[in-house]
Amino acid sequence: MSPRDVVITGMGIVSSLGEGVDAHWQALTAAPPSPVLDRERFAPYMIHPLPEIDWSRQIPRRGDQRQMETWQRLGTYAAGLALDDAGLKENEGLCASMDMVVAAGGGERDETVDEVILNASLARNDQDVLLNEKLTTELRPTLFLAQLSNLLAGNISIVHKVTGSSRTFMGEEGAGVSAIETAAARIRAGQSSHILVGGAFQTEHSDMLLAYELAGFLHRQDWKPVWQRGGSQGGGVVTGSGAAFLVLEAREHAEKRGREAYAAIGPVVSRRVRRNREPLAEGIAAMLDALSLPEGPLLTVSGASGAHAPTKAEAEALGTRGTPVVRGFSTLTGHMKEAQFPFAVALAALAVHHGKPYPAFDPQNEAAFEGAPQAALATAIGYHCFEGMGLVTKA
Amino acid sequence: MVAVTGMGVVTSLGQGREDNWNALIGGRSGIHPITRFPVDHLATTIAGTVDFLPSSRDGASALTFELADLAASEAVGQSCLPGSDFGGPLFLAAPPVELDWRHRLSLYAGAREHNGNKSLIEAARIAKAIELFDESQFATIADRLADRFGTRGLPITLSTACASGATAIQLGIEAIRRGECERALSIGADGSATAEALIRFSLLSALTTQNEFPEKASRPFSKDRSGFVLAEGAGALVLESLDSALARGAEILGIMRGCGEKADDFHRTRSKPDGSPAIAAVRAALSDAGMAEDAVEYINAHGTSTPENDKMEHLSLSTVFGERIKSVPISSNKSMIGHTLSAAGAVEAVFSIMTMREGVIPPTINYDTPDPAIELDVVPNVKRQAQVSTVLSNSFGFGGQNTCLVMAREPE
Repeated sequence: MSPRDVVITGMGIVSSLGEGVDAHWQALTAAPPSPVLDRERFAPYMIHPLPEIDWSRQIPRRGDQRQMETWQRLGTYAAGLALDDAGLKENEGLCASMDMVVAAGGGERDETVDEVILNASLARNDQDVLLNEKLTTELRPTLFLAQLSNLLAGNISIVHKVTGSSRTFMGEEGAGVSAIETAAARIRAGQSSHILVGGAFQTEHSDMLLAYELAGFLHRQDWKPVWQRGGSQGGGVVTGSGAAFLVLEAREHAEKRGREAYAAIGPVVSRRVRRNREPLAEGIAAMLDALSLPEGPLLTVSGASGAHAPTKAEAEALGTRGTPVVRGFSTLTGHMKEAQFPFAVALAALAVHHGKPYPAFDPQNEAAFEGAPQAALATAIGYHCFEGMGLVTKA
Repeated sequence: MVAVTGMGVVTSLGQGREDNWNALIGGRSGIHPITRFPVDHLATTIAGTVDFLPSSRDGASALTFELADLAASEAVGQSCLPGSDFGGPLFLAAPPVELDWRHRLSLYAGAREHNGNKSLIEAARIAKAIELFDESQFATIADRLADRFGTRGLPITLSTACASGATAIQLGIEAIRRGECERALSIGADGSATAEALIRFSLLSALTTQNEFPEKASRPFSKDRSGFVLAEGAGALVLESLDSALARGAEILGIMRGCGEKADDFHRTRSKPDGSPAIAAVRAALSDAGMAEDAVEYINAHGTSTPENDKMEHLSLSTVFGERIKSVPISSNKSMIGHTLSAAGAVEAVFSIMTMREGVIPPTINYDTPDPAIELDVVPNVKRQAQVSTVLSNSFGFGGQNTCLVMAREPE
């Protein structure tokens, strides 16, 4: 134990299963847990949609809500949940000195304007001029801000007054891994005392599906758990809207203000396997080795996306190291891109906090866990690139 | 202590330190009429685009990669570290990526049906064009750079809007101070001056529309300044722990003494009227550098040439420096290169260090009509010989981003 251990004192999570840590604990420990799916809106693809959310509970001003599209609202909302949960929401001083790292992609484009341009382009040879013509007249200024990657963090500053610092990491799962890895490293090194870290993903937008489908990553047949999608039509990924924000503090900082922590973040490792040249499973196994995992069965909250090759590689690597008992949460929530690793860490912390495992989300592929987890592993192996994992332990 | 042992730069003024520096101290502008795309219907028809590279017309993602690659090659070359086995982490400041319109439209033209976005997704699935997928992924550019330079670990791509380049440097400094690495490659690159980017900034009334004399359009701190000029470029720095740099006999180009930041909670595009976040960022950087205000000898301004920024920058600096601010030389590179957005903080850090090394302060050009409300020594219109041993460089951005760097010529 060190005063600079990294502890989790607040968590704000949202997915199709509900909002908040309690709702997720209930939904994920139900017998049997079952996914919420929308198979119609984006058919032939299915998605895990957002639950109904009363935005004004975390974003009280209508004016603020209007300045954002759903992605930024979702992230700002989840950040508010985390601050509330950490007992920091009304603490102006600690919010003003709080650091922030957000993992982000891009926000929502204006689908209507894009469709107008797509359709008009079929009858025009001067497409560049068409773009100027339509974009200058149809685009809304606020929407540009709603699209900017760093404006999720910007909105969190405005709505929740978190202003110590504000950094946005971009780039799919890797951004979420780096956000947590860097935040934890800064606390351990004494470069920060408390940090808000997390990400959000809003899949209910055609562009968000397009980005996956440019390489055929989306799953298209009947719904199946992530471990069973190999051989099905499509690429294996079912996406979900969701968000996860964590308040990380130095142990000493949390103790001083009398806060009990959910769990501690142990070592976090990341990797960039050159997947076209190196076996991914070996790279994942090397990360597992680097963590020096505890003996015996280890609850493993896996962010496996369902993408065929990396999901298979993850299962294979986990099978060769110790006795991990895997829970692929994307089976129930869908893949949340930048939010994937923060979400995995949150679920791992929740299980350690309760001292209870999750039941198998896919009984055919996930073993039962006996006893009370003292630690849990969280993983995020990118559907296309970049890998990371971290050990969550008792606080 | 973190040293700089390699630097590279590309802007509309040219490729490489030497060409850029000569243009900069010659007071030459790189701003020109846009030829990359038609300017019909556009209010602003000028920019500081980089038009002389093979990928200048290949879209934002390809050009941003090439800019970053060129700047990093020059920086790593100067550092004398192995060109393809850098051996430290990569921090890349880059613009958010999107599938380019050209590709969107060509996919749609080839779609089986034309029912809007749904048909576009289907066309994408059938086309399986992996290069289009790569263009839509935020990790791609850094992944390719990591391959090319042999950087270690997971590269970080970041955005703090117009402060991104400075944040990339800050992340490198922090990683070295934590002892995680002996060196880091920090790059800011931006090749995203597309028609849509121009239109978006126009809609926010951020750009000047003084199209008639492009080289005169960027006029930081002038009374008649009317907005920034969108531009492209890249800056790259090899950061290294001083001990490790000295141990391998590397030439020390400058020292990254400190960095500081503070977020603004006032508004999405405007800063708090009292300037307190920018003031706090400047003070945090000085405090991190262990330096008093009176030790700053030159300020490399954010100086965008928007009415708002220059006013706020003056307010915050005069609050921190008091009366002395009137006699501290401060100039804006953006008067010549425009606003290189995600690259700006890194490009301007390179120029700041060159200012100290060369003993010459680049001017703020187009300073014909001073703004009486902004009393600063902006090094008007012509370069100035000066021994500069410390520099403060400011970077401020939309979304409440404020990041400042303090650099020095020599170790303490």
